[in-house]
Amino acid sequence: MHSGKEYVALMELHGDVDLKRLYEVFGMFTGKIYQRPPLRSSVRRSLRIKEIYSLDLLEFSGRHVLFKVRCESGTYVRKLCHDIGLVLGVEAHMKELRRVAVAHIKEDLPVVTLHEVSEAVYLWKRYGDETLLRKVVLPAEYIVAHLPKVIVKDSAVDAIAHGAQLAVPGVVILSSDVKKGERVAIFTLKGELVAVGKGAMDAEEIVKNEKGIAIKIERVVMNRGIYPSLWKKAEKEEKK
Amino acid sequence: MEFLKRLDELANREHSYIVKSEETTSEKYGYYPLERPINVYIEYGFIPLDKPPGPTSHEVVAWIKKMFNIEKAGHGGTLEPQTT
Repeated sequence: MHSGKEYVALMELHGDVDLKRLYEVFGMFTGKIYQRPPLRSSVRRSLRIKEIYSLDLLEFSGRHVLFKVRCESGTYVRKLCHDIGLVLGVEAHMKELRRVAVAHIKEDLPVVTLHEVSEAVYLWKRYGDETLLRKVVLPAEYIVAHLPKVIVKDSAVDAIAHGAQLAVPGVVILSSDVKKGERVAIFTLKGELVAVGKGAMDAEEIVKNEKGIAIKIERVVMNRGIYPSLWKKAEKEEKK
Repeated sequence: MEFLKRLDELANREHSYIVKSEETTSEKYGYYPLERPINVYIEYGFIPLDKPPGPTSHEVVAWIKKMFNIEKAGHGGTLEPQTT
């Protein structure tokens, strides 16, 4: 998915640089930059343009530079450090990197360690206590919280689970920012995630129209057979 | 709807909703996400996991699978959700 990423990185400079110069160079690396993916990378190594939304200095001590970067998905921070080092004239490398956020999933969600997961599972399996587990595991719906939403009728759910597109009559409620060609999340009236798709119409068109495909489904999340398959009955009756 | 509005809040979304048709949902099918029985809750769940440096995401997913005794799990990248 094309979304912004946020990292905190620690860069080590190979020579001394003053703060003013560092600020200057950080400014140069904000906005659209050229970047060639590093030698050891998973994509084709052609020069590409990536956008750095912000580059903030957090701490500067000796040759260590701690900074926060918000950038386009697919930007190599290791390479960014290297390139900043070149412009500074002293060379530099990335020492540590931590991803802080992916799209809306920030560290302020309850982030847990493997130990906590293990403990929660133990309490549940050994004592049947699921309170901690319900805090450690979150509903998958959180992952698509940032998307425009479409809520569908109970009768449309199983058709989508079986691979159908979402037609206009199946729509109950929709957020006003549903746009043609842009990603949307489809929910039941209970708030369960059914699928993710792309708008085939804008919100106003979906409201106005009475038929046609509203959303092209890209990925189904809900299992089949949870909601009734009324569409199967309708199909049979048509055949009669 | 309450749950979805909470998701919008979480993601700082402030978009209005348009009601196209009046429709209710039957309690016979599905579950409200926060009221799913624990097994279903896990099946449609994810864990924002603070991965320790060292083991790869792939290894961590394998451990999580073992812990939960499940077959299907994936991950969305480092320091991102480990879906179960």
